[in-house]
Amino acid sequence: MTGNEYDVAVVGGGLVGAATSWGLAREGLRVALLDEGDRDVRASRGNFALVWVQSKGLGLAPYAGWTIRSSNAWGGFSDLLKQETGLDVCFQRPGGFHLALSEKELEARATILKRLHNQPGIVDYKTEILDHSQVAKMLPDIGPEVVGASYCPLDGHVNSLRLFRTLHTAINARGVTYLPSHRVENITQEGGEFRLHTGKGEVRAGKVALAAGNANMRLAPMVGLEAPMRPERGQIVVTERLRPFLNYPVVTLRQTDEGTVMIGDSKEESTDPRGLTIGVSSTEAERAVRQFPLLANVNVVRTWSAIRVMTRDGFPIYDQSETHPGAFVLCCHSGVTLCANHALTVAPMIARGALDETLTPFSARRFHVQAAG
Amino acid sequence: MFKRLADAGETVSLKVDGREIRARAGDTVAGAMLAAGIDRFRTTPVTESPRAPYCLMGVCFDCLVTIDGVGSRQACLVPVREGMAVETQLGKREAGR
Repeated sequence: MTGNEYDVAVVGGGLVGAATSWGLAREGLRVALLDEGDRDVRASRGNFALVWVQSKGLGLAPYAGWTIRSSNAWGGFSDLLKQETGLDVCFQRPGGFHLALSEKELEARATILKRLHNQPGIVDYKTEILDHSQVAKMLPDIGPEVVGASYCPLDGHVNSLRLFRTLHTAINARGVTYLPSHRVENITQEGGEFRLHTGKGEVRAGKVALAAGNANMRLAPMVGLEAPMRPERGQIVVTERLRPFLNYPVVTLRQTDEGTVMIGDSKEESTDPRGLTIGVSSTEAERAVRQFPLLANVNVVRTWSAIRVMTRDGFPIYDQSETHPGAFVLCCHSGVTLCANHALTVAPMIARGALDETLTPFSARRFHVQAAG
Repeated sequence: MFKRLADAGETVSLKVDGREIRARAGDTVAGAMLAAGIDRFRTTPVTESPRAPYCLMGVCFDCLVTIDGVGSRQACLVPVREGMAVETQLGKREAGR
């Protein structure tokens, strides 16, 4: 490939990269989206599909506001995608629950929320602690062991596989050049343009946005940025399709628009996406049955594991390079929740050439402060 | 649709959706249901289109039925037993039933 054909090259074709590419194309930029192959690790195909607000931001108050902003933008965002593609990503925001199976769990939950809300500059997101009978009014199938829950009206969920497909349909319709099997080996900046070296040739662009998940750790230093990551494995148990019984997502359990129930919120420090730990699956299933006893005789049709994109402190990283102007990095765990922000807020900033001050708290410079302390 | 080669030895009785059918010992539930003229075993969970056994050897999962309260069992792999209660499945299953 010769010449500076693209205004911006986005590296990573998952939810973050696809949403950013769509937002950049809406700003009128010529966008190349460089992706790896179908057999490479793709966090976007293994996630729980929550658009989740409650408990986000303990330790970094602006993350709460940033998450709420995306949650509030999600409805309009899914409408825009539907207008452009005719595809419905099934976004719903009925509010969501975090169930407690003992008084101790409920107290721990209340303490976390209190600490979160006591932070200076926090945005109140209206999370309430409910007792068993209050929860049962909204979730009639809870078991007797559920002592209570926290409920946040801003929580919701989507069909994340359809979201992934919809974004790719939308970027295609907007003329984004999608380049699969273009693993980026090196990035250089010469004469005011970036050259992305891949096994399938060189791609040149005026700007570069790194949205490659855990691989940002390898790529960011090439353009004077950093992205310290700490990948984590999660496991999910999936049931057969059931008639709707659960009208609200629970942080560890949700019923999809097509009826399956997804169970699981495990965290393991492993990076092997093929491995499954049976003990983890059985713990997830056992807790799910205590929360909703009617699941006891339901058939499990599959279990799977996937690698989470996770920064070292769990909060997103949005940064721009000082040494390589025009280079940006985006890393986050919550690629579904923050999808609306990436498309509608971050992409226009990249198009303008600079991240706004609102994103300063998410700079990777925060890691140096901690290291110095 | 299906006819037995010889009408003899149907000594086992079971119920399908409350209706009694007779089968031979050693029949699979799927074989007994087909012999009794039942050609819709279930409807699919999302589009609710009708399904009958396709492979009859445990591969296609199109013959799923509820047997003695346990849902989505492969009718082609389960031998009939006296007094067995079989239910066909319509659309999505109802949890807790």
